[in-house]
Amino acid sequence: MPDQVSMLIVDDETSVRESLMHWFMPEGYRVETAGGAAEALDKLRDSSFDIVLLDVKMPGMDGIELQKRLREIDGQLTIIIMTAYATVDTAIQALKQGAYDYITKPVDPDDLSRLVRNAIEQRRLIRENLSLKEEISSLISVDEIVGESPRIQEMLKVIQTVAQTDVTAMIQGASGTGKELVARAIHFNSKRKYFPLITINCGAMTDTLVESELFGHERGAFTGAQYRRKGKLELAHKGAIFFDEIGNIGSKTQMDLLRVIETKRFTRLGGNQVVEADFRIISATNRNLEEAVKEGSFREDLYYRLNVFNIQLPTLKERASDIPLLVNHFVRKFGTAMNKPFTGVAPHTMEWLKQQPWPGNVRELQNAIERAVVVGKPPLISMDDLPCPVNWRSSLEAEEVLPLAEVEKRHIQLALDRTRGNVSLAAQLLEVDRATVYNKIKKYCLSY
Amino acid sequence: MILLLTIDFAGEIKPLSDQLEARFRTEVAVSPCEFDCRAFLDQQRNQYNSSAMVKRLEQDRPLSVCKVLAVTGLDLFIPVLTFVFGEARLNGQCAIVSSYRLDNRFYGLAQNPALLQERLLKEAVHELGHTFGLFHCHNPECVMRSSTYVEEIDYKSSRLCGQCSDRLVKC
Repeated sequence: MPDQVSMLIVDDETSVRESLMHWFMPEGYRVETAGGAAEALDKLRDSSFDIVLLDVKMPGMDGIELQKRLREIDGQLTIIIMTAYATVDTAIQALKQGAYDYITKPVDPDDLSRLVRNAIEQRRLIRENLSLKEEISSLISVDEIVGESPRIQEMLKVIQTVAQTDVTAMIQGASGTGKELVARAIHFNSKRKYFPLITINCGAMTDTLVESELFGHERGAFTGAQYRRKGKLELAHKGAIFFDEIGNIGSKTQMDLLRVIETKRFTRLGGNQVVEADFRIISATNRNLEEAVKEGSFREDLYYRLNVFNIQLPTLKERASDIPLLVNHFVRKFGTAMNKPFTGVAPHTMEWLKQQPWPGNVRELQNAIERAVVVGKPPLISMDDLPCPVNWRSSLEAEEVLPLAEVEKRHIQLALDRTRGNVSLAAQLLEVDRATVYNKIKKYCLSY
Repeated sequence: MILLLTIDFAGEIKPLSDQLEARFRTEVAVSPCEFDCRAFLDQQRNQYNSSAMVKRLEQDRPLSVCKVLAVTGLDLFIPVLTFVFGEARLNGQCAIVSSYRLDNRFYGLAQNPALLQERLLKEAVHELGHTFGLFHCHNPECVMRSSTYVEEIDYKSSRLCGQCSDRLVKC
């Protein structure tokens, strides 16, 4: 019987122990008895029980004290206190210390059976709830924040700290640095993780649309509003709402938002009923909001409300040491998704990737690797697989004018990478002789 | 063989004996109990301790007898509970059933001997079932369903469900 209920009956009277044991055994329970506190503690140390029926008055140690000691061994134990001398004080004391219930002897058979059945059901539900939560946790996939650089390690610590609180957080960073990833990491490491994280992309919506999206609307609120619709703030109840590109919201929405943050109360469009919602706010922007405040395009009071805890994300250039880790992570991720057994990138390709400025940050790097995995042949990603035009554009955009020597160095390295280190082929591509290529390799310490 | 012992039981035992013989397909003998049941009376409760009585039945059981079922008209209790209809040892040899709270008159209703007989049979089969190792059953019509009210006894049948019958055969 895998789900057999186990019960420990603790009473100093043999007749009580035995009669209860014989009463419960036909239910299919595993029943053990203990005549006193010491025996009960020993039995609980040796084996686990679901339910303890505990007499309140016993020589040596009373049931209330024993309950405390039993809980020290197993905090999940369901304890039902039994007594022949019912006093309200003892009952309150027992319940305060976490007893499931309290019965006065003698009890009606139906009451006892129902009480025990309910206790078992509650215990089953608690266990089921815990196991479902574990299952959900394993299903919630938060993309890993990859990186060992000091900036990222520091950021991870900050995320852990802020996640444990309910504080409003603002994530600032350039485009492609992973602001949404950080917002998800904050939410899914917080106590609100079993409730939704609702994202609203402020950059893509007009003031009127944001209003309807945020607050929802009643039926007939405007043309086409055929049904009542809950807004994102309402949907985020008990969870969190993530305002992406918060710097792009208009002045009216700024005002509405300020009021909601202060009261957590609002009305749906076209309605009078006040809706209350409990949500945490996380916002992100790639704009310098302090500048926007100075310019008057962003409300100062809203800025301070949103910016209670600020997280600055480094650009990829500022954490260039993480590039190999990121590259390998993306190769594994996309390789697995596309069922292509890539093991990594060729060494000279990695060197080249490390040297790029990546103005589009991690997103650009991710896209480049994704493309390389699509076109490349396992086991290694080579230069040929990377989207060169994008790289050149990146280089040109990031560094407007490169020194001639640098351009020459990169160009020869590109030729060597394309030819997988074959100097003769590289010389042919560059339309120079092999000796020139060897000289340049030596001069610029190129790898091939 | 099943031995039916009567203890302060005023009703007719023969019908029960015949029905048990048919149900368990074994010989059923009837005999009055010899011990003095006053020893098991709780003066304060004016009830008889069934656990102690079953213990005594086990001590006195003749070795030639497979199971002993005492049938009494006394009001039974076990410590902690206000009353019991009967008691048995799981996989034991002895059990006891009481007609005291099976009788309609206990509830202020008119006497109904047929109903009393039916209830007594159900409780007798139920307690003997425990002695054969049967647990309480979740099937609402199975006689092994736990009953803490007389209405619950009336709802279930006097027969074992398929699963419990199979288990009994294995026993």
